Amino acid sequence: MKEYLKIERDQEWRDQLRKKIKNKERTTQERVSMTSLDPMERIKYQDREVNLGLNMEQAQREASRCMDCVNPTCIEGCPVSINIPKFIKNIERGEVLEAAKTLKETSALPAVCGRVCPQEKQCEAQCFYTLKLKKEPVAIGYLERFAADFEQQSGAVSVPETAPKKQVKVAAIGSGPASLSFAGDMIKLGYDVTVFEALHEVGGVLKYGIPEFRLPNHVVDVELESLAKMGVKFERNFIVGRTASFDDLKAEGYQAFFVASGAGLPRFMNIPGENYNGILSSNEYLTRVNLMNAAKEEFDTPVLKGQNVAVIGGGNTAMDSVRTAKRLGAERAMIIYRRSREEMPARVEEVLHAEEEGIEFLNLNNPVEYFADENGRVSKMRVQRMELGEPDASGRRRPVVVEGSEYDIPVDVVVVAIGVSPNPLVPSELPELKVSRWGTIEVDPETMQSSKPELFAGGDIVRGGATVILAMGDGRKAAAGMHKYLSQKNETAAN
Amino acid sequence: MYQIVQKEQFSENVVKLVVHAPRIARSRKPGHFIILRIDEKGERIPLTIAEANIEAGTITLVVQNVGVSSKRLCAMNVGDQILDLVGPLGKATHISEVGTVLACGGGVGIAPLLPIVEGFKKAGNRVVTVLAARTKELIILEKEIRQWSDEVIIMTDDGSYGTKGLVTQGAEEIIKREKVDECVTIGPAVMMKFVALLTQKYEIPTQASLNAIMVDGTGMCGACRASVGGQTKFTCIDGPEFNAHQIDFDELILRLGGYKAEEKQAWERANS
Repeated sequence: MKEYLKIERDQEWRDQLRKKIKNKERTTQERVSMTSLDPMERIKYQDREVNLGLNMEQAQREASRCMDCVNPTCIEGCPVSINIPKFIKNIERGEVLEAAKTLKETSALPAVCGRVCPQEKQCEAQCFYTLKLKKEPVAIGYLERFAADFEQQSGAVSVPETAPKKQVKVAAIGSGPASLSFAGDMIKLGYDVTVFEALHEVGGVLKYGIPEFRLPNHVVDVELESLAKMGVKFERNFIVGRTASFDDLKAEGYQAFFVASGAGLPRFMNIPGENYNGILSSNEYLTRVNLMNAAKEEFDTPVLKGQNVAVIGGGNTAMDSVRTAKRLGAERAMIIYRRSREEMPARVEEVLHAEEEGIEFLNLNNPVEYFADENGRVSKMRVQRMELGEPDASGRRRPVVVEGSEYDIPVDVVVVAIGVSPNPLVPSELPELKVSRWGTIEVDPETMQSSKPELFAGGDIVRGGATVILAMGDGRKAAAGMHKYLSQKNETAAN
Repeated sequence: MYQIVQKEQFSENVVKLVVHAPRIARSRKPGHFIILRIDEKGERIPLTIAEANIEAGTITLVVQNVGVSSKRLCAMNVGDQILDLVGPLGKATHISEVGTVLACGGGVGIAPLLPIVEGFKKAGNRVVTVLAARTKELIILEKEIRQWSDEVIIMTDDGSYGTKGLVTQGAEEIIKREKVDECVTIGPAVMMKFVALLTQKYEIPTQASLNAIMVDGTGMCGACRASVGGQTKFTCIDGPEFNAHQIDFDELILRLGGYKAEEKQAWERANS
């Protein structure tokens, strides 16, 4: 890896580019800011993207801030190890298509990652500017999005090279980011890859979960087309273990499986009244709107449009839900979160965008009970105030109940976004598979191999609820692990 | 795409569709259901599998016209293609040899009851089935049910067929007459509620199969949650069958009406 980075960095064009501008000049420039749609305008549309992206001039200027470090620590912060300086320097010299190619060397979904990755906690947190200069980091995420979008819009979408076909069939179960990343690497290695998806649409959480105002469907579709062009096959409406058993698929020639079926099981708080109508999981709410197009009249699936919508939770999914509620016409769209803004797991940008859009934040509040009208539809919620105590296991200050602080809030829709558990559907079909007491599949952290040798796993079914990019990192590791496993196995068989 | 290969109109609002889905025909078991989507604009509709034919690669579904989506499905014809169909979903019915099984089916609930009756009969049980509906033409699949039942009792609300009365009357007659070891019931929630109350009185273990509102059917959305024994369960992955004596039927009935206003609007739009 180090070797490869050095060879790339020593290329003459990179050397020339470094000499072109003095480091001092690079570091005195301000970080670019992202232009976004006007908040009052954008809340009228569920499918208008909020962030508008950089233009060529902004991108090149931002790219010139990157110092092309000898030791690029940013890459260490990237779960899929994108050669960050190489793609950024390609932007600086105006070779944006080359930059896009660089992204695709290791990432199956650059246009997605450029939008939804928490770069502030990953590559940008490890940027020289952040670590050493104590300045705003290079906007790696914005630049990634710029390069990926540029390529998508150019019509000249490059298809990464693939090794000669091996005639070895492997299956990926689920079609979210872990699976797609796995499929991208395996197809490059020459395997015959089929992705099995339970829903009618491929993309997993990228399609049913993340709303279009944050990640437009067409952006995901271009990345899926790329994979299809490379030879990845997609089977929709197919639940491995149910529609056909693992043994059936083995008989059909599949030699190994990558289980990335996600953490699809929504959690509830188990408080009184939680099963009243109008109280639903963020998964249900977002699936209806994103996957089923329920907000559009010409589609059959309904969605509850509330006037007073409370969303429980402080993560990205909670932000997606509450901003969706606003777009569906809620007068009052509220976040109810038991800790303070400081502890919120949501990306800072999402919280800021939500605030701009008029979302109310009732932090340090926790629901304790729901009440309904005579038809069983939720009409109000009782919450109690919290205060912060000593730090807990997560390092965040523990919320403590303020006794006697209960009060009621009128609501007609409540969206519970307090996290998800692993989906038991696929693991339950493999009784001999080793799972933790939380239901996650246990794997070797290096190879992602499970207790069944031909079975690898990654993403939320292993982590229990994480990010797109960590899932993608797992997919890459599993591909490497499975490749090694199959090479050894098939070599032994040949001898 | 999943082609409709056979269609039979059971009554004005109830249709039997035989659909080509070879993998599911092979892998389904009694109690399993599928989810289908007619076309791009369609809802995901959960339907229990009534029969399957492995050789022909088909599954049989029974659809009742109750809203915009089911109306569209009922209007489809032989040769038409259903865009999406996934399954089998849910837990299969726990079938074993227990002695005498009382099966109570109401309306279109008779369709999912059929493979369960077949399963219990094949497992060596004596099976007595009570079929109930509002009126004669809503008693469906009688011939098929008879094939796997030692005795069939028909009850209709209006007395147009069999005995006039409710399913519980027919069921209680059996319970008083002979020892019943287990009961299964599928039908409208209200019907299952009263069957459960009846068998609870006689302490007969009873399974009820719930027909909840669902979106994905794979555990993802939680729309189908029901209270069973004081705990929240997901009908799609924990069910669809539960211990009937522990189900909170009143909550279930309220939850089934959760989208009534939206459904009414859609109905009016579709028919305007």
